[in-house]
Amino acid sequence: MPETPILAHSGVLIASIQSALSDSEILSLRSQLLARISHKSVRGVVIDVSALDVLDSFATRTLNELASGARLRGAQTVVVGIQPDVALSMVLLGLTLRDAETALDLDAALGLLESAAGRRDG
Amino acid sequence: MADLRSSLRVTIARDADVVAARQRGRAVAAEVGLSRPDQALLATAISELARNVVNYAGRGEALIEAVSQVGRRGVLVTVSDNGPGIDNIEAALSDGFSTGGSLGLGLPGARRIVDEFDIESKPGEGVRVRILKWA
Ligand SMILES: Nc1ncnc2c1ncn2[C@@H]1O[C@H](COP(=O)(O)OP(=O)(O)OP(=O)(O)O)[C@@H](O)[C@H]1O
Ligand SMILES: [Mg+2]
Repeated sequence: MPETPILAHSGVLIASIQSALSDSEILSLRSQLLARISHKSVRGVVIDVSALDVLDSFATRTLNELASGARLRGAQTVVVGIQPDVALSMVLLGLTLRDAETALDLDAALGLLESAAGRRDG
Repeated sequence: MADLRSSLRVTIARDADVVAARQRGRAVAAEVGLSRPDQALLATAISELARNVVNYAGRGEALIEAVSQVGRRGVLVTVSDNGPGIDNIEAALSDGFSTGGSLGLGLPGARRIVDEFDIESKPGEGVRVRILKWA
């Protein structure tokens, strides 16, 4: 299974999930991202989940843990590209991404982080 | 629940098997003609049940069957294990009940997103959950 690539771009970490992840792979992605947030000054984390056809209770819980961990370090998390079918399953299951923002695509996510930075600085 | 057509067995022993079980289930659901949203719902339910097997029983299996009944087709998935079983099924089926410090949404959530749901368990004798989704 391909590793999830993580790019760093002007204070934002961008992780693009490539294919279905097992629980241990999701946990390892969470740890890698949190480790990079604590090393450098990171203001945002973007996770592209458009390749996932299931976001179940474990995946959602792990994304929420990542987002709340990131928030403690002053970084905002944006989950990008939740497929419509996946969103429907999450709602029916009762799952919410309460600690993360969501956006339809990468541009929208970066825009969201920009405006958050603007509000903070300006 | 319905007449049997063809079947596929997936062993569940570690977390990668959770992914395999839900992907197989989804593939059968697509063959049988479930809509894409229904495929996603079935795959999510399988994911929850298979994870419970790994977490609470250590080992078990998922039997995925294409079924048909009076002209309609569906997918029946039986997830079973020989683990410790569930003491209080009613509690386990309610939102927020977890002995694993988790969300407690797996069983009640899975039940909400399938057409038929049936669970049997005796303490000490494992758990068998059957879910069915019609096309
Ligand atoms: N296969 C099983 N064997 C033994 N106990 C089980 C099994 N499946 C579920 N349980 C019990 O039922 C409870 C509820 O299961 P459920 O999947 O709803 O929630 P959870 O696994 O605790 O949390 P979540 O699925 O939201 O991460 C579990 O905490 C566990 O005590
Ligand atoms: Mg569970």
